[in-house]
Amino acid sequence: MKRTGDSLLLILGILVLWQVLYWLAGDIALTSPTGTAEHLWKLLGTARFWGHAAETARAFAFAVAISLVGGVALGVLLGLNRTSGVVSEPILIALYSLPKVTLYPLVLLCFGLGMSAKVAFGAMHGLIPVTIFTMKAIMQIKPVFWRTAHVMRLTPRQMAFTIALPAVLPEVIVGARLGFSLTLLGVLIGEMFASQRGLGFMIMSAMGLGDMATIMAVAVFLSVFAIAANALLMWLDRAIPR
Amino acid sequence: MTEPAGNDVHVRLTGVTRAFELSSGAKLHALGPIDLDIRRGEFFGVVGPSGCGKSTLLDILAGLSSPTQGTVLFEGKPINGVPDGVGVVFQEDASFSWLSVHDNVAFGLRRNGVDAAEVSRRVDYAIGFMGLRDFANAYPAQLSGGMRQRVCIARTLVLQPRLILLDEPFGALDQQTRLLMGEELLRLWRETGATVMLITHALDEAAMLSDRVGVMSARPGKFIDFINTEWPRERDSRIVSDPRFGAITSRLWDKLRVESLKSMGTASPGASA
Repeated sequence: MKRTGDSLLLILGILVLWQVLYWLAGDIALTSPTGTAEHLWKLLGTARFWGHAAETARAFAFAVAISLVGGVALGVLLGLNRTSGVVSEPILIALYSLPKVTLYPLVLLCFGLGMSAKVAFGAMHGLIPVTIFTMKAIMQIKPVFWRTAHVMRLTPRQMAFTIALPAVLPEVIVGARLGFSLTLLGVLIGEMFASQRGLGFMIMSAMGLGDMATIMAVAVFLSVFAIAANALLMWLDRAIPR
Repeated sequence: MTEPAGNDVHVRLTGVTRAFELSSGAKLHALGPIDLDIRRGEFFGVVGPSGCGKSTLLDILAGLSSPTQGTVLFEGKPINGVPDGVGVVFQEDASFSWLSVHDNVAFGLRRNGVDAAEVSRRVDYAIGFMGLRDFANAYPAQLSGGMRQRVCIARTLVLQPRLILLDEPFGALDQQTRLLMGEELLRLWRETGATVMLITHALDEAAMLSDRVGVMSARPGKFIDFINTEWPRERDSRIVSDPRFGAITSRLWDKLRVESLKSMGTASPGASA
């Protein structure tokens, strides 16, 4: 109850701050909270908006699936062998610190304009964090769990599903939370720079037209989606005893 | 062959050695040769200096590791992999953090396909026996170190092992809790009739709990002495005030001091054997 109250208070604080900024900066820089809500409501009633949203949703669904499934699979493979885990960790971190937007021309060359480039760029953002979190989680499973499993004469399948999986789940969910947000970021950046459809493209077009209301409305829509998804994953995370 | 031997031998080790290959290619002789018989229903304590191979010995008995040489018989059959009827409690907290106390204790039974009614009956008994009834729905993170170790013991107990191996199970607990946990262990041993091998670095624990204590040498670990405590089967921690308790711990320390100094690489001109 207190947590819900705190969240509501935070939202209220952000809205007040937004309104104050609007009074200070005026219509050119941003729209007011009520103006943004009105514009978003109008946008939600248009087929054009939903066409772009569906395009982003499709690209994001593919990218997040690749990030999560690929990241978990890679993380498990690398984490199961201590040497490969230790060797690959700095390489993965170095790869992740590369500014990925500089690689976007390369992605376009490989995948062309369109859905596949957006998916690839989204997955590039989300795959590595999920891999790193999963790999670290596997490497940090307490050795005594494996010894206990052997003493209880568990089969490899039982070890995987009844010990390894629940032991790594909290860290994998933290990785998934991070991967989820970063994949969405990657897909939107992909749409902003080389696409004719999607919410990222919609924001870029609105920027070209100086249509601040649309930019703000789409940003609010995406924020609400990201916060809701993150809250769901956080709830899942908290539901797991550790 | 060391004492005691007879028809009721539960575990027999003959000429057991264990060597490990180091990354440099050299061989490290960690254990043995060991010849040892443990009687059925005996509480056998093992003490020895750090790094003498106590845990390696336990791993061999549990079937987690194979001896380099020698044979190990459990109930007359050679150990090949983890044998049925052996339970192990480790020093580290092995309770599964994602399961409640009840589910932790039921874990092994469910994996073995035991039917739900029998699981419930055995788990309720084990939880009650270990004094965890009020915490059956709690998770390990909500318990103290001693209670988590009780969960691990209960998890082993429900599987009704005939041989229980304990690797310094109370090593991380404070002195008072250790004494009380020792009493619970004695109660468990009396009620189940299982054979128990306890590895410990605490001489008082070994002297209080064991029917017989084996003292191991510095690496490569071998048994250099066996002390029969001759305690009655019905005993508890109050035995520490018995004058014989002091004599037993003193004899254990006499033996162990020399070996510990050797294992630390320290000359011990004044050490008595």
